[in-house]
Parts: sequence; C-alpha cells; structure tokens
Amino acid sequence: MSTARLRDLRVFPGFGLLSVGCVVFLYAPIVVLAIYSFNDGRSVTRWAGFSFRWYQTVFANQNIQTAAINSVVIAVIAATVATVFALGAAIATVNRKKGGGEGAYVVLTFPLMVPEIVTAVASLVFFVAVGISLGFATILIAHIVFCIPFAYLPIKARLESMDGTLPSAAADLYASPAKAFLRITLPLLVPGLVSGWLLAFIISLDDFIITALVAGPGATTLPLHIYGMLRLGMTPEVNAISTLMLAASTVLVLISGLLGQAGRKH
Amino acid sequence: MQRAIKHPDPRPRAESNIVPMAGSDPVRHPNSVAAEVRNLRKTYNAGTPHAHEALKDVDLSIRANEFFTLLGPSGCGKTTLLRILGGFEMLTSGTCRIFGEDVSRLPPEARPVNTVFQQYALFPHMTVRRNIAFGLEMLGKPRAEVESTVERMLDLVHMTDYADRRPDTMSGGQRQRVALARALAPQPKLLLLDEPLSALDLKLRQKMRLELKSLQRETGITFIFVTHDQEEALAMSDRVAVISNGHLQQVGTPEDIYEQPQSRFVADFIGESNLIEAKVAGVTGGEASLDIEGFGKVHAPVAERVEDGQKVWLSIRPERLVLGSGDGQERAKVTDRTYLGNAVEYHLHVGEHALTARSPRGGLRGRQDFAPGDVVSVGFEPGSIKVLLS
Amino acid sequence: MSARPLALSSRIPARVAHAGLLWPSLGVILAFMVAPIAIMLTYSFLVPGAYGGVEWTFSTAAYEQILFERDFLDDSLTFTPDYLIIVARSLLQATVATLLCLVISVPTAYYIATRPDRVKNIWLFLITIPYWVNLLIRTIALLFVLRDDGPINSALIDVGVIGQPLALSYNGFAISLGLIYSFLPFMVLPLYSAFERFDFRLLEAAYDLYASRRVAFFRIVLPVMRPGLIAGSLLVFIPSVGSYLAPDILGGGKTLMIGNLIGTQFQAARNWPFGAALSMILLTITLIVLFWLARRAAQQQMN
Repeated sequence: MSTARLRDLRVFPGFGLLSVGCVVFLYAPIVVLAIYSFNDGRSVTRWAGFSFRWYQTVFANQNIQTAAINSVVIAVIAATVATVFALGAAIATVNRKKGGGEGAYVVLTFPLMVPEIVTAVASLVFFVAVGISLGFATILIAHIVFCIPFAYLPIKARLESMDGTLPSAAADLYASPAKAFLRITLPLLVPGLVSGWLLAFIISLDDFIITALVAGPGATTLPLHIYGMLRLGMTPEVNAISTLMLAASTVLVLISGLLGQAGRKH
Repeated sequence: MQRAIKHPDPRPRAESNIVPMAGSDPVRHPNSVAAEVRNLRKTYNAGTPHAHEALKDVDLSIRANEFFTLLGPSGCGKTTLLRILGGFEMLTSGTCRIFGEDVSRLPPEARPVNTVFQQYALFPHMTVRRNIAFGLEMLGKPRAEVESTVERMLDLVHMTDYADRRPDTMSGGQRQRVALARALAPQPKLLLLDEPLSALDLKLRQKMRLELKSLQRETGITFIFVTHDQEEALAMSDRVAVISNGHLQQVGTPEDIYEQPQSRFVADFIGESNLIEAKVAGVTGGEASLDIEGFGKVHAPVAERVEDGQKVWLSIRPERLVLGSGDGQERAKVTDRTYLGNAVEYHLHVGEHALTARSPRGGLRGRQDFAPGDVVSVGFEPGSIKVLLS
Repeated sequence: MSARPLALSSRIPARVAHAGLLWPSLGVILAFMVAPIAIMLTYSFLVPGAYGGVEWTFSTAAYEQILFERDFLDDSLTFTPDYLIIVARSLLQATVATLLCLVISVPTAYYIATRPDRVKNIWLFLITIPYWVNLLIRTIALLFVLRDDGPINSALIDVGVIGQPLALSYNGFAISLGLIYSFLPFMVLPLYSAFERFDFRLLEAAYDLYASRRVAFFRIVLPVMRPGLIAGSLLVFIPSVGSYLAPDILGGGKTLMIGNLIGTQFQAARNWPFGAALSMILLTITLIVLFWLARRAAQQQMN
C-alpha cells in the first residue's frame, strides 16, 4: 500500500522545478549580457570593474541615434496606419460574418502564415520589379503590411466580445450611426486598439530580416545597425545597446500589463 | 435623409407630453391607435434557398395606453415584430405606423420609440446616470432638463443610490430597472420590451411583473411586451396577441384568450388543455351534439357554421373535468396521480383518449381522491367545452 | 438575433461602407504581400540574369538545381544532395525545437496555470517579457554566453573541468538551442491559456476512478489539451523552419538552414530564380503543415 495522504490533486511532482528551469533558461543569457554591458574592460569576457563607459559610447554614437530614431518613427507610423486599417477591417468582417467573411479573414491573416524570410525576399523582388527604390518608404510599406494582422486580431476579438445589441440600443436612444460609433463602439474598443497598436509597434521594432532586405543602402534601423556592429565582432557596445533595448521592451510590457489591468477593472 | 424630407422632427414631441412622473395624471390618448401594422411580411434571406418567412401577413392594432403583449413560443416571430416596430429590422412588405405616422422606412433613431432589450444592453463604460441621460443628450435636450429628468427616472425605478455605479457591478434586477429608466427617460410614445424578465430568477420576476404594470399605469405610456411565458402575459397585459409560426393566432384580453381560445394552438399554448377529436352529430340552435369515439355524446355551443359529420376538436381545461364514482357511468381509468401541493392531477384513459384532470385540494375537504387503477366517471362543468375548427 | 450593423452613417449604403472599411487592409496585403509572392512564383520558373535579377526565359532549372548539379561542359545532370540536406536539416531542426519546446512548456504552462492568482501573474509576466524582447538581441545574448571565450567556457576552464573551450557555438547544437530559446515563449503562453480553461474536475474524476498521477496526466490532461498543443507547436514550428537569425548568428555564417540559403540567393549569390524556387518550397511546406495541423485541431474539436 502506498501512503495515502491528502494532497493537492492538481500538483504533479517536478513541474515546479522545470518551470523555474525554464525561466532561468530564458533569462540567464540576457541577464549575463546586461551585466557585461557595465564591464569596464574592452574585453567582453573578463570582468574589469563597473562602468557606464559603453553607455556613454552608445549615446555619443550619431549612427546609433539615427538608427534608433528611424526605428521608432517607422514603428509609430506603421503601428498607427496598421491599427486604423485593421479597425476598419475588423468592423467590416465582424459585421459580415456570413458570405465572403472567411475569404477576407484568410487574406488579413495571410502575412502571419508566410515565413518571414519569404516575405522579405518577395518584398525585395516586388519593389525592384515595380521600380520603387529601396529605402525608408519601402521599409515603412513592408512594416505596415506585416503589422496589419497583429493589430487586426486583438481589435476583432474585442469587437466580437462586445454585446452586439449596444449599437442598436444607442440607435434606439436617438443616436445617429456616427454618434453611436463615437460614443459607444469606439470607447469600448479602446483596450483592443491599444493592445493591437502596442503589438504592432513591438513587432515593427523587432523586425530584422524583412527590414534588412528592403532597406536598401541608405536607410537603417536599430536592429540593422546592431547586426552590422556584430559583424565586426562582439563588443561591449553591443551589450550596452542591447541592454537599452531590453529595458525599453520591459517598460513596454509593464505599460501594456498595467493598461490591461485597468481595462479589466472596467 | 427620409427623416429630413418626410419627418422634420420625428422625435417625441412636446405635445405628446407623457410625463412619466409618479402621482401626476398623465395625458391619455383615448381611443387612439398607438401602433398599427398592416399586411406585414418579413422574409429573411429572401430569394435564396435559406429563405425563411418570419412573419406572414400580420395585421395588428395596438391602442394607446394599453399594456399589450406579444406571446408565442420561441421562433414564432414575436421578437421580429417587435424589432420591426423598433426599427432594428426592415420589413419585407406591408406598413408599420406609430401614432398614425408611417415609420416603415425610418431608422431606430428617428422613431419615437424606446426599447428595453432582453439582456438590457446597458452601456458598460457609462455609469447608471450617464446611461439614463444618453437618449436625452442625443435628442439635444438642455443640460438642466437632462439632469432633472435623470433624477426623476432614478427615483421612479428606486435606483437613486446606484446612480454613479457602473452596470456590471449590479444585479440582474437592478440592471433591469436601469434599462427601464433609460428607455423611459426620453418619454417615448411607445415602449418596447423584449423578454425583459427572462434573465431574472422566479421571485424577482414575479416582483418585477407588478412593478412593470404599475409603471405602465403611472406613466401612461403604451407598452408592447414580448414574452414566451403565458403566465407573465396573462398576469400583466390589457390585451394579448398570440403568435405562432409567423401567424397572428388570436388577439384579446387575457380572459378571452384563456376562456375562449379560437384554435387548438391557443388552447394548448395558453394554460393546459385536453384536446379531443370529435365528430359533429347534429346542430340545434347554436348548440352542437358531438360524438367522441369510445366515450359518447357531449353538447357544446358552436359559434361558427358546422356540418354534420365534420371533424372538430374539443378543448377542455383539466380543472373543469369532474371525476366521480358510484354513478354507474365509470368509463375512465386512472393511470397516474400526481400531487402538486395546491392540487392533485389525475391522468386518465378513456378509450383511445388520454385526459388530464386537475382537482384543487384533491382528496381533501370532502373532495373524492382516486388512486391509479381506479375506474371513474368523467363529467364536464357546464360551458367548459370549446369547439375548435382548427 | 442579428445585431444592427455598425454603420458609420445612414447616408452611405451598407455595401459601400463595408467595402470602404475592408479594402484599405485587404488592398495593402494583396498588393504588397500576395502580389509579391505571385511574382516570386513566376520568377522561380525563369533563369537568373547576369547581374542579379531574371531573364524572361521559361525554365525549371531553379527547381532542378535543388536536386541536381548541371555540368558546365556537357550539360548533364548529376544528383547532388547538398541542398536537399539543408532542406531536411531545416525540417529536422524545427521538429526537434518543437518537441523540446513541448517538453519544457507543457509542465511550465501547467504549473503556472495552477498557481494562485497573484503568483500566477508574476510567472506570466516573467514569460511575457522574453516574448516581447527583440529577437536579434536575444539571439546575441545566447551567442554571448555560448562563445568559446564566453562566461560558460571561461568558468569551466577557470574551475579546471576542461582545458579547451567546448564547441558550444557555431554549430548545429547552437542552432537547436537558439531555436528553442527564440520560440519557447511562443509555446508557453498559448499552452498556459489552454490549461487555464482546463476543467480540473476531470482530474478529480480520473483519480476517483483509480488513475495514478501519471495515467491521469497522459490519458486525461494531455488528450484534452490537444488543440492547445497543436496551436503551440504551430507557433514554434513555422518560424523555426524558415528561421534566419538563429542559424545566421549562432551557426557562424555557414548556410545551414533553408532561410539562410534563400537569403544568400538574393544577397551574395544573386540567383533570384533559385531563391524564388526555395521560397516556394518553404512556403509550401509551411502551408501544408499549417493546414494539416489546423484540420486535425478542427477534427479534435468536433469530436
């Protein structure tokens, strides 16, 4: 007879340990990378004391600044345009569930199904074929395209979870369709719009391979610049700029988490 | 656009002046017609293989100031009719008038009608107060008037204490009251209620029935109430329209509908009925002799022309069957006895027919009680048999 | 009961409004995503131009090139498995990454889903951050610790366990690790939301019917979670097959996976038709896996 002891039925032994291992695995490399960004030595291996010198180098680097500004400008524009387009698409597809809705859905989520490298080379070939010269504009177009499904899905989910009789109720209470949209539908969609925009923004900031192929010689973004730095070897400067991007991502996750919690309280 | 051409201001007019205030004497519209539909048809997916006729040639007049109920099983078309009155569905053909105005082509926001939705459809991002104020704001009422009307409405539905709460923090009964206040605030000429009590539990439902009825009396607004619950319909309404399968079956007072059903559907749907097939065996002076196979002859008044040998249906309410024994007429066998607290129900077999009889306080206070297996006689209270041709 | 359509104005016909809302998105995706892929399909049947680009001559040479090498002198075809091996290695790497991600993610997601709410949110937050952190940065971080003079090797040498640095980077192992590291959060989060919806009364019922913990987990929990497992696997497998960064950075620049092979054709090698043909093959593999798994998930749901 095994020892019959009352236990939490949901517990499986070892799962907790594995979960801790999983988190350690995910964090160890980025934490180590961040620690070495404060290394005073030129070597990226031996610890030579704490210093901010590599951050000073990064902030003094004009090219990094330009690349960072490019990245943010592209991400803001791409996320905003994609969110506006996706809002329209979400309203249209949620309205027309039957007939043609599925076709539109497949097209809208198509960028998610295509491997990134294929999207990258196809975009390059397309821009060259139709004669659009590579640069800031082509980066922007490509980013808007792959941001649309990321903005579309949260907005659509929010719209679907909304009580469909609310616009009817507004119309019943003498609101014109435009007023009903502005006073009822749009405020209720805000959490979906925010998470759609943030997701699109992050995805745009994150992208490397598509940007790399459609950037052309002139334009650059932060990931492209870091990749270029890496080609010259691992330097503490790479650690510093990477740590800054880690910090930025963490702040964004925090913001979206707090916004999500505020949204749930509604 | 139509709004601008045909109805410069289709919104509730000042002269309609139905001030929903407790204790005041609302202006009545004696004998006027509040809503009227003529030859109304509604076909969904017309012209496709999935075409579905939700309403088939409905004619109906609803009088001003009455509590009118559309009653029928789910899918019968009652909600479709309500939604056509509210402007949420476009009618396929026919006309729809509200206080004489043809509103068939008007969108909801241009109709002097408000709705209490089934799940209330309260705006979740607005407080109770803002919900109630919404319609008034959309009508462009001055701020002072909006505020005072909202206060009056809050008072009317006893929700003043909850004015600054959001709907999702409230119980079903409270939301119900807010939905009512929101719909009444713009002083509509017609209030549509789409199964508003169905989301509440039994006790609350019974309480809200009384509240709704007194609210209707206080405000004098015409209520059009949709329900599938016949008890609710009988308890609250001035008149009831029974709808089945897109057809209007019968319109009348609750007494009419219950006591004088005109079809098998109505007899069966409103309360319970024993429906027995019979043959006409002769008519004399408005009374027919009817032959029930395996039972014998009974007599009942007939309103319409019937011919000898015509097949008809007899409807008898269970509580109007009288069971007895010792009179030598025993022809029915008791198959089951069910104790219901305030009554006892007997299931009987008479020849091929299965009947149900209900005896209040069965077996008690002098009434005779029976057990399964007993053979009893069956009698009918005078006037209890209704002859139905359809 | 159908809701009233969300029209923006009663003056614009519903059909026009619908098109006006839908077409900006559809148009952008059709023009800049679907059309480019159609062009790629066309290019895959052309011959490469002398200085990159294509020449408009129909040819299946690009596809033949995957399996055969054309002799310059006598134009004969010889079977060469080099490219096929890269395609096969990509599939293998992606499969291994997916399976290992499953093995790590299932217990983790389960564990997180059964925590009390406060603790659960902390765990979720910890998993979410890597999900949002730039993939390039994360790949660089992994390279940083795996390098010959990285912290792991330095520490091991200092302690005296090894004399020579272990070959942790610039090989297939590093790529495998990189794929798992890259896409692990993509698996944990959907599995977590699936476990959140799991009805734990099923587990009680299993124990009530004398199941051991092992049996309960493998016969009850996992089968019920299958749609979630399939969704998570898709989210890891698809980006893994076509992965570019992990093999590029951790593989040390050798063309080890199909993603890099494609990239090379449009950069250094300048053989667009061959790159296009490889892209079409990668896209086909992806879509087949996608639809096969989606169908299985749908069947599961119907049962």
